[in-house]
This record gives sequence, structure tokens and C-alpha cells, in this order.
Amino acid sequence: MDTELILKVYPYFLQAAVVTIELSILTILLGLVCGALGAAARLSRLAGIRFLGAAYVSFFRGTPALIQLFLLYFGGPQIGIQLDAFQAGVIGLGINIGAYMTETMRGAIIAIDRGQGEAARTLGLSRMQAFRNVVLPQALRLMIRPLGVNINAQIKGTALVSAISVVELTYTAQRYIGSTYKPFEMFLLAGVLYLVIITTVGKGVAYLDRKVRLP
Amino acid sequence: MTQHFVEIRHAQKSYGTLEVLKDISLDVERGQIVAIIGPSGSGKSTLLRAINDLDPLTGGEVWLDGVQVNKTLPHRQYEKHINEMRQQIGMVFQHFNLFPHLTVRENVTMAPKLLKKISDKEANALAEEQLDHVGMLERIDYYPAQLSGGQKQRVAIARALAMKPKLMLFDEATSALDPELVEEVNLVMKQLAQEHMTMIIVTHEMDFAASVCDRVIFMDKGVVVEEGPPEQVFKTPTQERTRNFLRKHLEGAK
Repeated sequence: MDTELILKVYPYFLQAAVVTIELSILTILLGLVCGALGAAARLSRLAGIRFLGAAYVSFFRGTPALIQLFLLYFGGPQIGIQLDAFQAGVIGLGINIGAYMTETMRGAIIAIDRGQGEAARTLGLSRMQAFRNVVLPQALRLMIRPLGVNINAQIKGTALVSAISVVELTYTAQRYIGSTYKPFEMFLLAGVLYLVIITTVGKGVAYLDRKVRLP
Repeated sequence: MTQHFVEIRHAQKSYGTLEVLKDISLDVERGQIVAIIGPSGSGKSTLLRAINDLDPLTGGEVWLDGVQVNKTLPHRQYEKHINEMRQQIGMVFQHFNLFPHLTVRENVTMAPKLLKKISDKEANALAEEQLDHVGMLERIDYYPAQLSGGQKQRVAIARALAMKPKLMLFDEATSALDPELVEEVNLVMKQLAQEHMTMIIVTHEMDFAASVCDRVIFMDKGVVVEEGPPEQVFKTPTQERTRNFLRKHLEGAK
């Protein structure tokens, strides 16, 4: 193994890792917003809205994220959507992971015992008050770990944007292979950096979960 | 207008073709304590849950203190109306339904704080008063998961009482409790009875019904089969179905 080469290129990989982290943060934030809206739609009392939520989930979970990304980045200009690669990456992957987060959030909300909402309504709380003060605080605790799974998948999923030339970790590894012909070292280095990011985030999620856990 | 404190008129409830309440009419006077007994599936819980519109009736009316609980209104107005009505009707559930993410104190103060806009200080005083009433003051800063079943149910009663309801509904409040924990909850309910709280109690405990209630209603298959003072219904039931139920129940108790 060429350790000298690794030491020489790793600062560039660190820079690329920063891009991966930025992509992760932005896609996850967008995903959380889409997930919350999606879950609200899926649980709406209006059938039309429920249908929209279900359609969103089935389209984005039922097609490859790579196709969605290509559709947006390469196909977008044809219908007047001009985005640079980074923007397309954030929007495409954010909306994609939002579909998974929709199901995670919805699952946590419907897992809360019906009696909780009933008890709140019985005291005179409105539907919204009951949701905000009784159901949601419990559902949020329940969704931390499964959202952590979505987030884990999403961090790894940012590698897809290398296919539309965003200079993040995977793309950087491929580029250095072109000039060094050392795929083992380059992919290993990228892999280690992914591992560091994912392990750190995983520990953060576990900490948060412990912190808000009920006695 | 109605003459009675609680009035149920021609209550009817169907799920599709299954009719679970068949034209039930019932009055309860202010300060009265009424027990509803009957086999499971008789519709007694459904009837209780119709009183605060948790399980809306498909026909008939429910009145409380001269106001119709389940009146027909446009959606938004109805929501507002029913939330106001429910503030006057306390309910205690078989499975307590305490809010596990809130302390005992917060369980009691949440609704008054949200709905009556009282200050933190007033809310704390209210929580202390209500919890003292049910003998749970010492556990005020515990979480529900740290309490026994009997303690949970006492807190649930305090939570309902904190809204100062006119009427209390008990839906098999002691059915989920270990036998040795039943008495502490019964004591709290007896105390409420002495304070002349109007109560409608769905129960499987005939002894308790006999000792506390002014009137016992026996339901079966969606109808009121028999009603009267506890001595009469328990000792000299006039209906065959009542006799069968009581006999089975006594055998079950042994």
C-alpha cells in the first residue's frame, strides 16, 4: 500500500469530505422538511391530500435515486429548470430522502396509542392542541432512531452526486485514481472518511435518543 | 330545554349493519351516581363514550345541564362547541392514558394551562390541591412510568378533576388493576361520591356498584334491560337476562 501517496493526497480528500458533509446536512434538512410535509399529507383528513402524499412516497421510493437525479439535472433544462450540479444534488437527494422520512415520521405518529389523543381530547383540547402537546412529543422521541437510519443512508447516498460531477468524496477518489492508478488506496481513503462521518453522526443520534428517553 | 342534568334521548349507534346501541334513553340527576353493568359487548362503554362524543352516536341526543352535547353544527363550530363541552365532562379510562412524557404535575396542569390560561403559580397550586385530594401529592414530580397502576389511576382522576368538571365518566376504571390496587381507586371514587360529584360508572365490580351507586343500569345487546336502585337490581332482578348475568358473574367471582 502506498502510504506516501495517501499522506500526499489526503488534504484534498478532507476538502472533499467537507463537501460531502455540506451535501449531507442540506439534503437531510430538506428531507426533514419534505418528510414532515409528507407525513402531514399522509395523515390528512382530506382524501385528496392523502393521495398526494402517497403518490410522493411511491414515486420517490419506487424509482432509483440516480434516475431522479439525472432526471432533474440532465432533464431539467428541457423543461426550464436550470440548476448547477450541487443544487441539483441537494434538491434531488433531499426530496428523495424526504419520501423515506415521510414513512418514518408517519410510522412514529401512528404508533402512539390512540388513548393518548383520546385522553387529550376528553380534557377539551382541540385536535391540533392534542397533536402538538401529547402525540407529537411522544412521536418525536420514537422517530429519532429510525430517522438516524434514514440519515445514515443519506450520507452514503451523497456519493451518487459524483455521477453529475459534484466534487465530493467519491468523485475526488475517482479523479485521483485517474492520475495515480491506485484505486485501492484512493477508495480506501474515501471509505475511511465516510466511516468517520457516519460513526460520528450515529453516536450523535444515539446520544440524542438517550437524552430525551423517558424514565 | 331539558329537566334532567344528564339526558340521553333515543341514543342509537351502528357500525355498518351492526347496531350496538338500540334506542337508549336515560336520565341522571345532579349529584347522582349511576353504574352501568352488563356483559362485554353489551354497548355500555360505547354509551359512556357517546356522552362526551368520543364515539359519536348515529342517532339520538345527549344533553348536559340544558345544553345539547352532540348538536349538529358546521365542522369548525362543532369542534369549538365540543371542546367546551368536554371541559365540563371528566373521563377516566381503563388504561389510565396518562401522558408518559409529562410528570404527574404536568399531566394535571396541561389542560388547565392550555384552556383556562392560568398562570404557572395557579397551575401549581391547582396540581397540588388535586393531587392531595387523591393522595398523590408525594409523587408530584414523578413520571407515570414510575407509578403503580392504582397510583396512575388516581393521577388520572386528579387530571380530570383539575378541569373542574360537572360530570365524571368512569370507563372500567379498575378493570386493568391488580386486585390489591383496586381498593385505593375505589376509595377515591367513594370520596367523590361523598362530595356529590355526578358520576356515571361503567364497571364489572358489583360490590362497588352496590355500595356507592344510587342507581344501577343493566345493559345487554345494546338495550337497557333493567334499571333501579342497587338493592333491587342485585337482589330482586325482574328480568331473566339480569338474573343470568348476575349468576354468571357471581360464579366468575368465585
